[in-house]
Amino acid sequence: MAEPSQVPLEQRRPLSPHLQIYRWSPTMAASIAHRATGGALYAGTILLAFYLLGLAGGAHSYAAVSGIFGSFFGQLILFGYTFALMLHVMGGIRHALWDAGYGFDPEQRDRLAWGSGIVAAVLTVLIWIAVFILR
Amino acid sequence: MTQQAKLQTPRARVSHLGSAKSGTLQAWRMRLTAFALLPLTLAFVIILLSLAGRDFESARALIGSPCPAILMILFVVAGAWHMMMGMQAIIEDYVHHEHAKQLALMGNFCFSAVVGLAAVYAVLRISFT
Repeated sequence: MAEPSQVPLEQRRPLSPHLQIYRWSPTMAASIAHRATGGALYAGTILLAFYLLGLAGGAHSYAAVSGIFGSFFGQLILFGYTFALMLHVMGGIRHALWDAGYGFDPEQRDRLAWGSGIVAAVLTVLIWIAVFILR
Repeated sequence: MTQQAKLQTPRARVSHLGSAKSGTLQAWRMRLTAFALLPLTLAFVIILLSLAGRDFESARALIGSPCPAILMILFVVAGAWHMMMGMQAIIEDYVHHEHAKQLALMGNFCFSAVVGLAAVYAVLRISFT
């Protein structure tokens, strides 16, 4: 997009304004967060494969994987992965509601955007409370 | 319309742009895998919570037992497919250089296939050894 266009200015097609033009709205933030968490989960799937391969490899490799995931930095990444997963799931439910034709009123759509973030945060904290109780 | 476009037949102008009948297939598959992933993610979280506090032998016993193993494989397969289509949408949105786009789409497919199949292989190995 940065490369200079060959077409003379007066013949170019009009462009719609991009992100930085608009005032931030809850639905816009939720939309960006949905794509961002999708990208994060894409990379985070390596963690799942890594864990399962460690478990498949034997006691020695499992100890190594557990050591990495059990460290402070490892736990921080897993916490981030949990929140990304919950936010993406909530975003998916929001999209499913919109696809079905519900929740398009200005109030409803903002409430859905805020609600998906709040529910995702609550679920993430609940999951980690459960992890600390169970272990 | 450019001079070249005017000289092309209507058939030539649309060839290689894809079938008009398959346009919604990607969107349908995205929804299909998304809906499948709702219960599968719940199962995935429950399996991970059940793993908390387990040592090597009992973690292996849990992942290797039929129900968790099947649910985990379903989660990985639906997840890898879903994330491949999601990343494809991102690449098509942001990568406009044709060769870079094609390489990125190939890389996306390979990454998703490798990560997904590695996880499935691990679950099967845990189950059968």
